Amino acid sequence: MNYTKRFDGRKFDELRPIEAKAGVIKKADGSAYFRIGKTTAYAAVYGPRELYPKFMQDPKQGLLRCNYNMMPFSGAGERVRPGPSRRSKEISMITERALRPVLDLKDFPNAVVDVFIELTETDAGSRCAGICAASIALADAGIIMKDMVVAYSVGKVGDQVVVDLDGDEEHFDHNSSVDIPLAFIPSTGEITLLQMDGRISPADLRKCLAMAKEQAPAVLQVLQKALKDKYTME
Amino acid sequence: MANTQLKEHISNALKKGYRLDGRKMDEFRPITLKVDCIRTAEGSARVQCGETELIVGVKLALEKPFPDTPDEGILMVGAELLPLSNPAFESGPPSIESIETARVIDRGIRESHAIDTRALCIEKGQKVWTINVDVCPLNHDGNLIDLGGFAAIAALKSAKFPIVKDGVVDYKEHESKALPLVECPIPITVIKIGENLLIDPTEDEESVLDARLTITFLENGDVCSMQKGGDEPITTEDFDKILELAGKASQELRKKLR
Repeated sequence: MNYTKRFDGRKFDELRPIEAKAGVIKKADGSAYFRIGKTTAYAAVYGPRELYPKFMQDPKQGLLRCNYNMMPFSGAGERVRPGPSRRSKEISMITERALRPVLDLKDFPNAVVDVFIELTETDAGSRCAGICAASIALADAGIIMKDMVVAYSVGKVGDQVVVDLDGDEEHFDHNSSVDIPLAFIPSTGEITLLQMDGRISPADLRKCLAMAKEQAPAVLQVLQKALKDKYTME
Repeated sequence: MANTQLKEHISNALKKGYRLDGRKMDEFRPITLKVDCIRTAEGSARVQCGETELIVGVKLALEKPFPDTPDEGILMVGAELLPLSNPAFESGPPSIESIETARVIDRGIRESHAIDTRALCIEKGQKVWTINVDVCPLNHDGNLIDLGGFAAIAALKSAKFPIVKDGVVDYKEHESKALPLVECPIPITVIKIGENLLIDPTEDEESVLDARLTITFLENGDVCSMQKGGDEPITTEDFDKILELAGKASQELRKKLR
C-alpha cells in the first residue's frame, strides 16, 4: 500500500514534538516527565537504597530495577487493568537492559536503584518515551552515567520508511506496518534496545536503522536541556 | 527521623499553635485543579495541593450488569499507591492503605447516589455502562483520600460518553452528553495529634497521627459516609469538633469545583 503523506503532516524522518522536564516528582531522588506527541511518561528514581529480598543483593555492584506501568486510563481503547501484565513485565525488563550499559553501579554493592515509569496517556512509542524519561531521571538522581540513553521507534508504514510511528500509523495496515523500537547511546552509536514486529526486507531494515541513528543528537539535546533547565534555575 | 522524634517535633509546634509548614489547623494547602488533562480518558482531573499531586481518570465500558441489579450501571473506584509517588510505596499487590483509600472514596460517591446508575442502563440484564474511576498519585505528600475524592468528582463532572457504533464502543469519539451526576460528595479527613485536630495533613503529620476521621459531605451539608482510622480512640467531644471542622472545610473545597 502507498503511504505518500503522513497523517499528521510530518516529514518521513521527523519525530513528533518532544517536551521534557526534570525534577517533577519531589519525593523521588530523581524524576522526569517526557512527552512525545500524545504519549506522556513520568519516571521516578529511588536509590541507591538497600535491596530486599536479601538474596537478590549483589556484593559486587548495585542492581538496576525498572518498572513500567500504564495508568488504567492511559490506553487509547479500553481501561488497562492495574497491576503487572506479561507485556508490562517484558517492557520493564528490556528497559533495564536499555539503560544498564550506561550506568556504573560498582560503588553501590548490595543496593538497588529503582526506576518507576508511569504512562499517563499513550499513542504508540510508550516504552521508548519511558526510557527517555528514565534516562533524565537517573541523571537527575545523580547516578553516575557515561552517557544518556535516547529511545524512539522507526519502521514502515505501507511502503514508506518512517521515524517515530504514531498510533494511527501503527494501525495503518496490519500486513505491512513495521515497528522497531530502538535505544541508542548517542556518544558511541551503540544500540541498547532493539525490537521489531512486522515484516521487512534486509535492505529496508538497514534504511530504518540509518534513519534512526540520525535522530539521536536531536533527542539527546532535549534530554540534556531538561536537566540544564532544572539546575540553572536552582 | 525516627517517628517518636518527629511526633515530638510536630506536637511541640502544635502546642505553640502552629504546624511545621506554618499553616493554621483548619487551613488547606494551596490547591489547583485542572480538568480534561488526559486525552485517553473519558474524564479526568489533576489536582495539586502543596506537594501532593495526583491524577484521576474516568474510563467507561459497556458490560453485563450484576444479576441483582440488572437495570443499573456499575461504578468502581480504584486507587493505587504508585511506588513512583513515594519512597515508602512498593510494587506488588495493592496494599491495605490503597484499598482503604479506594473504598472510602468509592463509598462517598456510591452512598451519595451521585451517579444515577439507572440512567446507565442500555438493555436490562444485558448491557450497562461501567464507570471506572482510578486515582493515581504522582507525588504523595499526604491527604490522598480528600484530594482523590475531590479529583474523582471533578473528573466525573468532566466525563463524556464515548460513541457507540453497532454496539461497540469507539473510544476515539465522544458525545457531548455528560454522565448522570446528580450529587457532589466531598470527603474531608480530620486528624488528631495529641489534643489537636487538623485538616489536610502532610505525609509527616499523617505518619504520627493518633486518630483520623473521614466524613463525606453532600451539597446541603448532609453526611453520606464516614471512616475512622488510627490506633487511638476519639471522644464524642472530639467528634462534634471534627464534624464542624470538616463541614466547613468541605464547603471551602466545594467552591473550587465552581
